[in-house]
Amino acid sequence: MTERLRHFVSPAPFDPVAVEQLTPEQEKYYLASQWQMMWWRFKGHKLAVAAGVVLLISYLSIFISEIIAPYALHTRHTDYIYAPPQSIHMFHEGEFIGPYVYALKYKLDFETLKRVYTEDTSAPQPIRFFCSGDTYRFWGQFDASFHLLCPGKSSTLFLLGTDRLGRDMLSRLIYGARISLTVGLIGITISFILGITIGGMAGYFGGWVDSCVQRVIEILKSLPELPLWMALSAALPANWSPLLIYLGITIILGLLDWPGLARAVRSKLLALREEDYAVAARLMGGTPTHIISRHLLPNFMSHLIASATLSIPSMILGETALSFLGLGLRPPVTSWGVLLSEAQNIEAVALYPWLMVPMVPVVIIVLAFNFLGDGLRDAADPYD
Amino acid sequence: MYRYFVRRIITMCVTLSVISLLVFIIIQLPPGDYLTTYIEDLKAQGEVVDPKKIDFLRAQYGLDKPMASQYFVWVTGMLQGDFGYSFEFNLPVTDVVGDRMWLSMVLNFSTVLFVYLMSFPIGVYSATHQYSWSDHGLTFIGFLGLATPNFLLALILLYLANVWFGTSIGGLMAPEYIDQPWTWGKMGSVLEHLWVPVVVIGTSGTAGMIRRLRANLLDELQKQYVVTGRAKGLSELRLLTKYPMRMALNPFIADIGSLLPQVVSGSVIVSAVMSLPTTGPMLLSALQSQDMYLAGSFLMFLALLTVIGMFVSDVLLAVLDPRIRLDGGVRR
Repeated sequence: MTERLRHFVSPAPFDPVAVEQLTPEQEKYYLASQWQMMWWRFKGHKLAVAAGVVLLISYLSIFISEIIAPYALHTRHTDYIYAPPQSIHMFHEGEFIGPYVYALKYKLDFETLKRVYTEDTSAPQPIRFFCSGDTYRFWGQFDASFHLLCPGKSSTLFLLGTDRLGRDMLSRLIYGARISLTVGLIGITISFILGITIGGMAGYFGGWVDSCVQRVIEILKSLPELPLWMALSAALPANWSPLLIYLGITIILGLLDWPGLARAVRSKLLALREEDYAVAARLMGGTPTHIISRHLLPNFMSHLIASATLSIPSMILGETALSFLGLGLRPPVTSWGVLLSEAQNIEAVALYPWLMVPMVPVVIIVLAFNFLGDGLRDAADPYD
Repeated sequence: MYRYFVRRIITMCVTLSVISLLVFIIIQLPPGDYLTTYIEDLKAQGEVVDPKKIDFLRAQYGLDKPMASQYFVWVTGMLQGDFGYSFEFNLPVTDVVGDRMWLSMVLNFSTVLFVYLMSFPIGVYSATHQYSWSDHGLTFIGFLGLATPNFLLALILLYLANVWFGTSIGGLMAPEYIDQPWTWGKMGSVLEHLWVPVVVIGTSGTAGMIRRLRANLLDELQKQYVVTGRAKGLSELRLLTKYPMRMALNPFIADIGSLLPQVVSGSVIVSAVMSLPTTGPMLLSALQSQDMYLAGSFLMFLALLTVIGMFVSDVLLAVLDPRIRLDGGVRR
């Protein structure tokens, strides 16, 4: 006689769906919408989130540039031409008195004919906060004079120095963001529309439309961008108003950028148009526009947004390069490229290195867009 | 292979003719032509312009003919080596350009070479030492290289050279060689000056190439055959060079297509900043003064550089990569 093996029997009542039951976390995960999953995935990329925050702050700043900037855009300080950056101090003679600067004293060196600025260290000039300073027209609408920070009553505040007309570089930098940052956005919108329309037609209809578009893309891709941009922007009439020039430049930047997007749209559509739901929509009499925009595009919209993010920097750089060469935006419009065009000759750079400062925001913004785009691209595919 | 070659040449010719049309349209875009600007200038100086002289000039430069025939004259002229007439310099374009195209080619070619020489070892190192400190550091530098516009890099280098050595870099040869016939000495001088712009133009291309090579190599290194090879006791170096590296090398040739336009673009602006005797600065001034034939030939030349580069890359790829079959085979 063999001894029976004892086995465990749970006293709990039997629940036939216990295995299939989801824990609350699992449920949350399985029922999440695609955008929610993308958000979770995106949050995991610390660098991308940080880049996103940097970009968000910079873009928010352009709404209140007038308030952030210590001076108005065109305020000229004829006594302080090419003044070096003033540094902020906290302690005066061992005593804490809050952020202040020293007033600048100007002297012309008669031997080198250089302007020499010295700090007057006897009297600290405290920086004022939430104060009234230069008058400006807020977005060209109404006059105001409220600033986040202003110079002391009898001193100046040039945290990044001044240019050849004695204008505060920091203020111009903050105003320049308005132009430089929006150029990329408008340009990418144009290229996005063009890319989706043209790529969509090529991918959906195929055949000769496709091969025509393919040839055009090949030709456009084989052309070096910058010389073409230069030629096109040189063609903008000189008597246009600054606003028109600005629009023209953004359109030019957008016009040459769409091939990459169009290619991506095309290759996706080629595969997707054979899917059952696309065929069904076609059989039910959907128009191509309807099928492409309602059924096919949402499939890879996130991918498109990610790759669009990655091509904004090239537009910002393009504008900077064009303005730097004097073919893009022209003063009085102030963009980072326009600011940099002052630092064009080596003498200026060697004597007044602070003229190169607009480079820093350019690099930061371009890097931020790259990191953000990388993070978005990863997050665009939350299912793998 | 032979058929592919011929087909590729034909498409290249078609591409070039379309580009020539595009370039012609672009240089015709600005309102008015060089003569109108010229007349305006003369009038501004208070000089009287004889309408007969204007008509004569118009006729001489063919500006009175319809657009289509102007284009035709321009293209056929180009095929015969006659690039038209530079209004600004009052000389045939070929005389104005002189050495510039040649030097442009040297500059672009050396930049591509530099990109390859730099990115290959760095990319391989980055991939084989993934997530090490050096990898992170190199990736960071690469990102910086991608993000810094190269004309700014040129400015910084100019600035540093000025601060550290008190010299001004710029130009492509020592002053005594300018406008001299080509000699070995001049050649050496060019090589001596070449590296600065080459490094400046090549940085962003190198950064991009390193990233691609690293990604490709990382993909390959995870594959089964690598594991098998390692399990069989192959030495790491041999394991790396035998297959994965050869596979990852593909983009090096395939990417000429995207690298070349980038390099050419960069060289234009960098040479404008550093005032190199290449096509860049002259293209800029030609565009600004509406010297249309000069600008047109430069644009055409730059496009030609990239198109021929792409052609070479396609042919090389077909020759070198046995997986690419061009004749017959499956169609999409």
